[in-house]
Amino acid sequence: MSDTHAQSVQFVRDTMIPEQDAPITEKGAVKWVRENLFSSWLNAILTIVSILVVYWVLAHILPWMLGGIWVAESLTQCREIRDASGIGYDVACWAVISDRWHQLLFGFYPSGLYWRPILTLIVFGAAIAPILFSGVSRKMLLFSIAAPFLAYWLLWGGSIWGPVAAALGFVIGWAIMTYGEGVLGALASIIAALVVPILYWLFVAGALAGVLQDFLPIGIENIRSDQFGGFMLALIIGVSGIVLSLPLGILLALGRQSDLFIINKCSVIFIEVIRGVPLIVWLFTASLLLNYFLPPEVSFDLMLRVIIMVTLFASAYIAEVVRGGLAALPRGQYEGADSLGLDYWQSMRLIILPQALKISIPGIVSTFIGLFKDTTLVVFIGLLDPIGLSNAIRADSDWNGIYWELFIFIGLCFFIFCFSMSRYSQWLERKLTTGHH
Amino acid sequence: MTSITEPPAESFRLSQLIYDTRYRSMTIQVVAFALILFAIYWLGRNIVANLEDLGKDFDFGFLTSRAGYDINQRLIEYSNESTHGRAALVGILNTLLVAVLGCALATVLGVIAGVLRLSRNWIVARLMTVYVEGFRNIPLLLWIILIFAVMTEATPRPADFRGDEPAASMIVGDSIAVTNRGIYIPNVLFTRSLGGNEVLPAADGGAAAVSPAASSLDWLLFIAVVVAGFFGARAIGRWATATQEATGIRPPGTFWMRVAVIILPAAIVLVALGATLDLPHLRGFNFTGGIHLRNSLIALWLALSLYTGAFIAEIVRAGILSVSNGQTEAAFALGMRPNWTMNLVILPQAMRVIIPPLISHYLNLTKNSSLAIAVGYMDVRSTLGGITINQTGRELEGMLLLGLFYLVTSLIISGVMNMYNNSVKLKER
Repeated sequence: MSDTHAQSVQFVRDTMIPEQDAPITEKGAVKWVRENLFSSWLNAILTIVSILVVYWVLAHILPWMLGGIWVAESLTQCREIRDASGIGYDVACWAVISDRWHQLLFGFYPSGLYWRPILTLIVFGAAIAPILFSGVSRKMLLFSIAAPFLAYWLLWGGSIWGPVAAALGFVIGWAIMTYGEGVLGALASIIAALVVPILYWLFVAGALAGVLQDFLPIGIENIRSDQFGGFMLALIIGVSGIVLSLPLGILLALGRQSDLFIINKCSVIFIEVIRGVPLIVWLFTASLLLNYFLPPEVSFDLMLRVIIMVTLFASAYIAEVVRGGLAALPRGQYEGADSLGLDYWQSMRLIILPQALKISIPGIVSTFIGLFKDTTLVVFIGLLDPIGLSNAIRADSDWNGIYWELFIFIGLCFFIFCFSMSRYSQWLERKLTTGHH
Repeated sequence: MTSITEPPAESFRLSQLIYDTRYRSMTIQVVAFALILFAIYWLGRNIVANLEDLGKDFDFGFLTSRAGYDINQRLIEYSNESTHGRAALVGILNTLLVAVLGCALATVLGVIAGVLRLSRNWIVARLMTVYVEGFRNIPLLLWIILIFAVMTEATPRPADFRGDEPAASMIVGDSIAVTNRGIYIPNVLFTRSLGGNEVLPAADGGAAAVSPAASSLDWLLFIAVVVAGFFGARAIGRWATATQEATGIRPPGTFWMRVAVIILPAAIVLVALGATLDLPHLRGFNFTGGIHLRNSLIALWLALSLYTGAFIAEIVRAGILSVSNGQTEAAFALGMRPNWTMNLVILPQAMRVIIPPLISHYLNLTKNSSLAIAVGYMDVRSTLGGITINQTGRELEGMLLLGLFYLVTSLIISGVMNMYNNSVKLKER
């Protein structure tokens, strides 16, 4: 059968026809342009309008930016250089940034001591590396714990024994927690681990630091808070706010999810009151009213008050974000943790929070970005953040009348910080994805 | 004989308060409550002691005393003879004005940018990405200052409009003047006002900014008529639909009837009240007449809208993306046209995702309007929380009232949001 059939077929092609090129309009750049820019009349109009807008903006800005003058002593000198060079159009005077570079970065920090903030930045980078990236050795975490005290000492200076004595309180608490359990029993050791350090800080730490300083004076020059400024100030407030607000926010979120009536209601009131009022009102409260709430003899540094306020403010927002993560977890996770016999803190630490925090990463990071941007508001209560410094620079007769260059520089710096934070969070989100999508 | 062993008597030991889960939560709460009471007592005692030291008392009487300062933009009548309470009210209205204007513009910008960011047009999508990322990653304060600087530095002075060959000219048929002192737009005046006092079209402009309060009755009437017109139009629409469902034929011309029901009564009211257009014109070195929108208001409004718009764009984009592709495909399989699919299938589902964060951004915008301090816009923080506090020295009372205003505003808005959430949430069985 098959033989006869084979004979009846007169021609069988046994090779493929060579592939032809796609038509010119259906491949390469032309296809891309047709599909992405001119797929319909509306799209074509939109494309042309967009190109015109982009061209118009760039045509105005690029010559101004690229032709900018980088070396000059004052705005008048900038203009003289511009007129002498015979450029017909206005150009930027970036010289203000190179002239006031150190002021924009460090404010009025003594210029001989710039190594201290720089070293602090390096310390901070080293401390945060093991937290951000899993590739870094875990032993670095010990350094991360010590870093805040080191950073404080480097920035504000003074005797080294102050931060050491403060850190010792945490060590005492940790030691009682770890080794006291056998001696005192579980509960007593927890209570002691909370109470003893507080008593230590209140009554012993100050005297101890004084004694140690007399005995072995190690110290560097003391810098007052009002000499801080520029991006250093924004970073200090932002970073301390971020570091302190996360644990506080998680506690508040747990409080709001708690079954305990009083704890629950207190957390709700705290969160809603903080979130209901703008940060700027809280900052004014910190600068005008905080003295009313403290005993008459206590007075706080303005910068410390700002850090406390920013921390409380951000922690309320973090709490809401984390609460969203807690609520998004399936009920079975809570029940599973209970059925394993874990107590509340164990189940939170081992089962619930790792998952809830993972869900909340985008929200937490965007809260951090918001916090960092909000550090600019401290200008209204007299701290010299970058915007405050730009006003101070403009008040100088050399640079009177300069606007755009400073704003663009400050905006660009903030953009770099915030944009890289959001990219990091996207990377982290991808890395932590365990679902099967 | 029947020896039922007695259950062991529940002897209560003190350690049960801590180790027994039945009592432990109670213990924790009592301790927490005691700590909180102590904290409140401690704060209260400090406040009393501090107030005594400063020789101050706690008294809201300053609200009824003479304010003595001017407010350059007011929606209700106010002069420096008015009270501090009145000044606070002017500030509150100014805050609400910029908040409402900002929410409206931010929604428009955000929806457009969010939809365009999903566009298949490469260049448009990239442009919108630049807009969104630019505004989201740079502090709002910087944008406010920047836009204010553009408005004052890059616009002509009123004097430039003078002369035979002026350096600048008014736009839209000589009705709008953009100057470095603000934007002047036409105003509507009522020559037969209900308020009785006839307003002369060439009223002395001076410090009056947004429409003076004299014609508020006329405006109320006008707005009431327009709103009634909208309800009438909806009634006609319902009647038309009912007729169509009953007979299969939609009554002809309902669209024009609905338009007429809205426009005609409103036009009649305008004519009856003798509405005239009051165009801004140069007098001396400044413009008079019309409505003067100050740079502070416009800069704050634009900056708030652009900034919040960028966030709303992301919300809208996420909302649209959250509706699974299967919904669109199912709608197409049913034979629905693309715009029906959008209106009847995608949007109702996307709205559920979009609305809650949208409202929380309205709330943020309202709170961010306190940055008015950067451009000298007289909002409630500048009047009640600024000048009034400085003049009377009543920080505690002033800040308390200011905080309460913002708190009540946000609680109202979030209450509305919760009601909405409950009404649209998926009904689970």
